[in-house]
Amino acid sequence: MGFEKFGRKSFTAFTKTAKFVDFLLEGKIQGTVCKDCGAKYFPPRVDCAKCLSKNMDWFEMPGKGKLETFTTAYYAPLGFETDPPYTMGVVDFGGGLKLFARLAKDLKPEEIKVGLDVSVRPLKYEDGQISFEVIKA
Amino acid sequence: MKKEVAVIGVGQTAFVRGYDGSIRELAFDAFREAIRDAGITQKEIDASIFCSAPEYDKQRSPAGVLAEYLGLIPQPTFYVETICSSSSTGIKVAYSMIKSGLHDVVVVLGFQKMSELSSAESQERMGRGSDIQWEAPFGTMMPAYYALYAQAYMAKHGLTHEDMMNVRIKSSTYGVINDRAVYRKPIKPEDFKQGDPEAKMAGPVAWPLRVGDCCANADGSSCIILANAEKAKTFSKKPVWILGIGAASEAVNMAARPDFTKGLSVGYAAAAQAYKMAGITPKDVKVAEVHDCFTIAEIMAYEGLGFAPIGEGKQLIREKATYKEGRIPVNIDGGLLSKGHPIGATGGSQIRTIVLQLRGEAGPMQVPGEPDIGLTHNIGGVGLYGNVTIFGRDS
Repeated sequence: MGFEKFGRKSFTAFTKTAKFVDFLLEGKIQGTVCKDCGAKYFPPRVDCAKCLSKNMDWFEMPGKGKLETFTTAYYAPLGFETDPPYTMGVVDFGGGLKLFARLAKDLKPEEIKVGLDVSVRPLKYEDGQISFEVIKA
Repeated sequence: MKKEVAVIGVGQTAFVRGYDGSIRELAFDAFREAIRDAGITQKEIDASIFCSAPEYDKQRSPAGVLAEYLGLIPQPTFYVETICSSSSTGIKVAYSMIKSGLHDVVVVLGFQKMSELSSAESQERMGRGSDIQWEAPFGTMMPAYYALYAQAYMAKHGLTHEDMMNVRIKSSTYGVINDRAVYRKPIKPEDFKQGDPEAKMAGPVAWPLRVGDCCANADGSSCIILANAEKAKTFSKKPVWILGIGAASEAVNMAARPDFTKGLSVGYAAAAQAYKMAGITPKDVKVAEVHDCFTIAEIMAYEGLGFAPIGEGKQLIREKATYKEGRIPVNIDGGLLSKGHPIGATGGSQIRTIVLQLRGEAGPMQVPGEPDIGLTHNIGGVGLYGNVTIFGRDS
């Protein structure tokens, strides 16, 4: 349990990575790293795909990255109907670490460009859902 | 040329909005056309494979139900799924079954009745079309994912909205002459005019993709019958041989994608395997069907298949090289953009088109020059799965 609070709308309550939501509440965006082979993962996972170890630790994602790409959605699936338009994008932190999220509403459309220096912060919705969003660095 | 497994029969229903029958009746029509095309009866078929995207099916485990309706019991039957590439994956499985010697003749039937679901149910399924744990909670949909690729690609390679519009205009040119296509009206540049309320293709869906950049849902089925060399020579006057098969997979998460400016990795990987197996190069391909679920996807497919270098796919559409009379004709049946995209049926429909082209039976869509080698490129999800299959005819 615990993962039902993740995102604008969660589709699953059960995952062994549910602690990710607790970290968000503490203001941290955490990935996981394999203690045996050093592979880093975001989104986090409790099992290493490289060496099959279950010996994983949490680490805090880098503070700054670049916006690799983005899109603005004018239609939305069920449960998100009141949100459009909203912009989503991929942040590249380098070293193989990337993250997918919505961009903060206060980012002006004319500011949003491929290559923009960005950062990521936790986000709490009015209904209590917890997520994270991309902001200008 | 390897002559081990051949296509001996092809069939496809018209792709339509709101088919007024059941999935078994939908499947029957493509099957009947294919089995008559092959000139055989059900007794000659050793096994059947059914392919669809299961989230649209009300019927649990459709393979057994459909096999019975098509008169294919008690032969073995089963179900294969890789979303939008399900039926080309079915072809790979059927090829393997025949090549292993397990069966002589296998039928692959792809179907989808997307209108089986209400609009609300469909909207709900769309929200679960990606990783439901880490991405769907942001409100993702299929157009948004391809838009991520389009945005990065446009920024790096100078692809324009006009280029993408021209992919759709090419598609509509052939949708008009394909009586199995759902969208048969011609499309003009005025239909994309920004700010004109009459311009029905111009509205944003997931920017930079607009209405005209996206294919439509449809209901339909396709059927391909494969046979080993001995049976193919017995039954078929014009067998079309499978020369190469490639298939690949990729991470579902966008956060794990290596480079958004280089298209879908599965397209490259599957193409490399298929070319190697067939012993040919991209230059040998005379006609192709590529997975144009969105206009940007066709541009990326040109590059994945080696028809153009990375970043230069736009030149093919600018020079009309992928038109029927061009250097490498692509999607001369209107592609997904005009035919519509009944998910599980799409791969088989692409294969049917290529088989007809190689037999010289494609009617108004026939590519000139008696093409001898054709290719299909079928993608599942946002490059989660990719299949490339190469076909050749007897000379």
